[in-house]
Amino acid sequence: MKRIGEHFGGWIYAAFALVTLCVFFACVCLGSVRIPLGATVRVILDAIRGVPSETTIALARSVIVPIRLPRVLCVALVGASLSLAGASMQGLLKNPLADGSTIGVSSGASLGAVIAIAFGITFPKLPFAGTMIMAILFALLSLLIILGLAWRLDCSLSTNTIILIGVIFSMFASSVMSIVITFASEHIKSITFWTMGSLQGSSYRNAAVLAGTLLIAGTVLLLNARELNAFAIGEDNARNIGVNVRRVRLTVLIAVACLIGVCVSIGGTIGFVGLVTPHMVRMIVGPNHKRLLPASLFSGAVFLMLADLAARTLFSPRELPIGVVTSVIGAAVFVAIYYRSRRR
Amino acid sequence: MLEVEHLTVQYGALAAVNDCSFTVADGQWLMIVGPNGAGKSTILNAVSQSVPYTGAIRFAGRDLKKTDAATRARSIGVLSQNHFVGYAFSVEEVVRLGRYAHRGGLFSARKPEDEAAVEEALERTGLAPLRRQSVLTLSGGELQRTFLAQVFAQNPRYLLLDEPTNHLDLVYQKQIFKLIAEWLKTPGRAVVSVVHDLSLAKAYGTQALLLHHGKTVAYGEVQPVMSAENLNAVYDMDVADWMRTMLGQWTDA
Repeated sequence: MKRIGEHFGGWIYAAFALVTLCVFFACVCLGSVRIPLGATVRVILDAIRGVPSETTIALARSVIVPIRLPRVLCVALVGASLSLAGASMQGLLKNPLADGSTIGVSSGASLGAVIAIAFGITFPKLPFAGTMIMAILFALLSLLIILGLAWRLDCSLSTNTIILIGVIFSMFASSVMSIVITFASEHIKSITFWTMGSLQGSSYRNAAVLAGTLLIAGTVLLLNARELNAFAIGEDNARNIGVNVRRVRLTVLIAVACLIGVCVSIGGTIGFVGLVTPHMVRMIVGPNHKRLLPASLFSGAVFLMLADLAARTLFSPRELPIGVVTSVIGAAVFVAIYYRSRRR
Repeated sequence: MLEVEHLTVQYGALAAVNDCSFTVADGQWLMIVGPNGAGKSTILNAVSQSVPYTGAIRFAGRDLKKTDAATRARSIGVLSQNHFVGYAFSVEEVVRLGRYAHRGGLFSARKPEDEAAVEEALERTGLAPLRRQSVLTLSGGELQRTFLAQVFAQNPRYLLLDEPTNHLDLVYQKQIFKLIAEWLKTPGRAVVSVVHDLSLAKAYGTQALLLHHGKTVAYGEVQPVMSAENLNAVYDMDVADWMRTMLGQWTDA
């Protein structure tokens, strides 16, 4: 297995950023209406400067600015967040099968969103954000419940306890969700679509929320890269070399819960991104989180943008839920990786 | 000076360690011996703050319970018996993590003394040629030396060893014990180790703590603590006779 050395130079960040940018523009250009790159760039520049576009590209602008650009932005940010959360969890729990949903926050957030949809919950002054706020609230609430229960079981908050409680909580949340759905059959279509994950109709407001969360939680996670290395080698070892294991674990869990909560609230449950991308990235840059985390960030964005492009274009005009696409690609990639590493 | 006073560790109704007291001074090598389940490893786990306990554990007069993790790691290093590393970290990456407790602020550059400590640890343990190799591809002995190098890089004053050569063949056993004996020669250092092999304990230890069912049977200089009488009582067999029988296999060599 070829690996890039200790030093993760600036050029590799530049390469990752460049690829991400290329994919980003490709995804903005491509779709049911194909728009040339030149026109796309001009439209975006016009929109940023706030001037009207020429009549020849006015149609392009009406597709790109209100619809496609916010969507691709949201997709990229969700992909980056999920992948970063997954990479962090795989390190923290020293378990390559972990991802952001392992601790159960994902299911909690879904439950919140389903309740909001089923009962039409809205918040005064924020009518657009009922689902989102409920999902974030439930994500944080789930984290509190999970940590609280884990705390009661053993005060050291051991990894195994957290995984166990997380899995049980996920099952519990799913069954409550089924009960809610049973009583809200008139909303079943929008709930189903939402649980399969979709970033259709994303707005700039969504993108701003995602970007803000990613900026804060992502910085926290990146600053804990060394600690995550220590956890990935072993929790006892981490404690012995002087890591404050309890504080680091809480910090990382809270950061991951925020990321997951916001992602689920905007895009629904999108599986496999957080699980698979860190694996692929690890094969290229190795397991050191100083390289793995930033690389996962970019790769997650690229992976989800491509998945979304496939969801939009494969059966156009019909659109697939993005969660279905990621699960299909993700499962295939995962099996391939697993078999390759097993045969070695 | 490491002081342990009235240490009790409770696992449910069972007292794994029951009112155990000892001190370790600079230059000493304390061997904790006793049959399986005597509470040997539990004592080390308590000192390294990974299990809850009652009683007091102090290093240089400071309560370890109230010492932050990094300060503790600069005083006390731990080498445990087996390691499972899930990911393909390189030998050097694992060793470098030993410097964690010495790092400066978040954005401080790598300090030259960190580099020097990592280099020295790699050299001392003979791992320099393997520094770029993935830890997943190492043999058991190489892996144990990697973690020994990590704890050397950590440069603690005292070292806790939890059966460091379990599962290792004789070559590595000898290698690791020689490395640790060499490490101990620097003034201000001490070693506390749990070993099964009573001959090793006698050969390297200066002090010994003999445990049975979590209770101290004898504590002090190695020779009197590990007397035939004490060992026979704890192990419920004629230990010296068995050892001599084993040694007898080598008389013709």
